[in-house]
Amino acid sequence: MAEKVKLERQAMCDRLAMEFQDGWIVNLGVGMPTLCSNYTDSSREIINHAENGVVGYGPLAKEGEEDRHLVNAGGQKVTPLPGMACVHHADSFMMIRGGMIDVTVMGSYEVAENGDFANWRIPSRKGGGIGGAMDLAAGAKRVFIAMEHTTRDGGHKLLKKCTLPITAPGVVKMLVTDLGLFEITLEGFMLVENAPGWSPEEIQEQTEAKLVISPDLKEFRFRS
Amino acid sequence: MKNKIYETMDAAVADIPDGVTILSPGFSGVGVPRNLIAALNRQGAKGLTGVSNNAGTVDENVDIGTLVEAGQMKKMICAFTASTHPSQVTPFTRMYNNDEIEAELVPQGTLAERLRCAAAGIGGFYTPTSVGTELAEGKEHREFNGRTHVLELPLPGDYGLIRCWKADTAGNLVFRLTQRNFNPLMAMAATVTIVEVEEEIVEAGQLDPDLIHVAGIYVDRMVHIPEDGIWV
Repeated sequence: MAEKVKLERQAMCDRLAMEFQDGWIVNLGVGMPTLCSNYTDSSREIINHAENGVVGYGPLAKEGEEDRHLVNAGGQKVTPLPGMACVHHADSFMMIRGGMIDVTVMGSYEVAENGDFANWRIPSRKGGGIGGAMDLAAGAKRVFIAMEHTTRDGGHKLLKKCTLPITAPGVVKMLVTDLGLFEITLEGFMLVENAPGWSPEEIQEQTEAKLVISPDLKEFRFRS
Repeated sequence: MKNKIYETMDAAVADIPDGVTILSPGFSGVGVPRNLIAALNRQGAKGLTGVSNNAGTVDENVDIGTLVEAGQMKKMICAFTASTHPSQVTPFTRMYNNDEIEAELVPQGTLAERLRCAAAGIGGFYTPTSVGTELAEGKEHREFNGRTHVLELPLPGDYGLIRCWKADTAGNLVFRLTQRNFNPLMAMAATVTIVEVEEEIVEAGQLDPDLIHVAGIYVDRMVHIPEDGIWV
C-alpha cells in the first residue's frame, strides 16, 4: 500500500471544486473553502457569489491592483470579471434563500451522520459567529463541508449526533477531510475516496460514526 | 429645495441623544461610515444600541468597535458576537465576556431582511433560516408549502450613519461595488439618515435618475468627506 499521507487543504478543496458543474453559482465560506477558487477548469464557467452582494467576481487582486471598494466575503480584495453585478445585502440574501446558489462550501467544527453540522458556536466561549452560515445552510441547493477529520487533540468531528449547537439540520451532502471524501447518505457517512495509504478500517478508527464503505471505493483524486 | 448639506461631520451628529439606536453599515471594512462614527465618538452620546454586521474588528480603523471600546454602546445587534477565530479578541469580546455590554445575535440574511422590513412598513416575515437551531427557540414557527419557517420582526433605527460614493443635493445616493452592502437598507430603515459622501456632492439633476440606489427622500443630512478625513 502507498505511503500514508494526510491530505493538504488545497487538495481537499480541489476535490470539492471538481464537483462544481458548468454554470454553477458558488458561495465559498471564509477560510479553507476559499481555496476552492484556486482550482480552475477551462471547460466550465463558475459564477462566484459572496454574501456582501457581489456575484460574478474574479480571482484575488494582485498587489497594486486592488480596488478598495471590491472585496469578497472574507474581506479579500478581488478583481471584477465582465458580467459582474453588485447588489445590497437584502438582495444578496434573497439570492441565497431564494435558491439561486447551487453550492456553498463551509468549514465546520462537527458534522453528523444525518447531515446536521455545527460551525457557529462553542459553548465554552460566550457568543457566536453566524455571519451568513445559517442562511446559506437553509437556502443553498447543496452544502459541502471542508474540515480536518479530527480535532488537534484527536477528538472526533464526524459524529453520530452533533454535540455543539447546530447551524442547520440535515443539509450536508458532501464532506472532504484530510482522510478522504464522504457523501452523506440515508445510511450515514459513505466513504467514497480514501487518502493515499489509508485503509477504510484506519479511517473508521478516526471516526465516531459508523462509516458505510462505497462499493465503488477509490483512491482520492488529485488535480491532474 | 431643503438644504441637507452640513459643513462638518461633528455638526451632522451633534444632536444625537443618549439611548437611541444607531444603524451602522459596512462589511469587511468597505462602506463603513468611519468619519461619522469618529464624530459620534467625539460627541460622546452614551447608552446607544448599535446594529451592525459585527461589533468591531481587531484592526486600528475607526468603526462601531470604537464606540464599544469608549463605553458608548449599551447593546449590539449583529451577526457575530464572537470572532471567527478565538485569537481575535476585540474590545467587544472583552466587554461581552465581562457582561459590560448586551448583545443579540442575528443571522446575517435575517439582519438584512429585518432592516428591509422596517423600511418597507412590513410587520414581520417568516424565514426558513435558523429553523432547528437554538436561535429559533421561543420564536413563532409556521409551515408554508411543507417547510417550517420562523417569524422575524422588523428592525428600525433612530439614526442611520451611511457611507456612499456619489450624492446630489436632493440626497440621492450611489454606491460603488461592494461598498453598497447594508448601506441602502440602513439608509431607508433609519428615522434620521446621515451620509458621508466620498465624491463632491453634485447639484440635483446631475445624477442619472435611473442609476440611483437610494432615493433622496430618505436622506436628511450629508457631509462630503474632507481631504484629511478617513478614506480607507
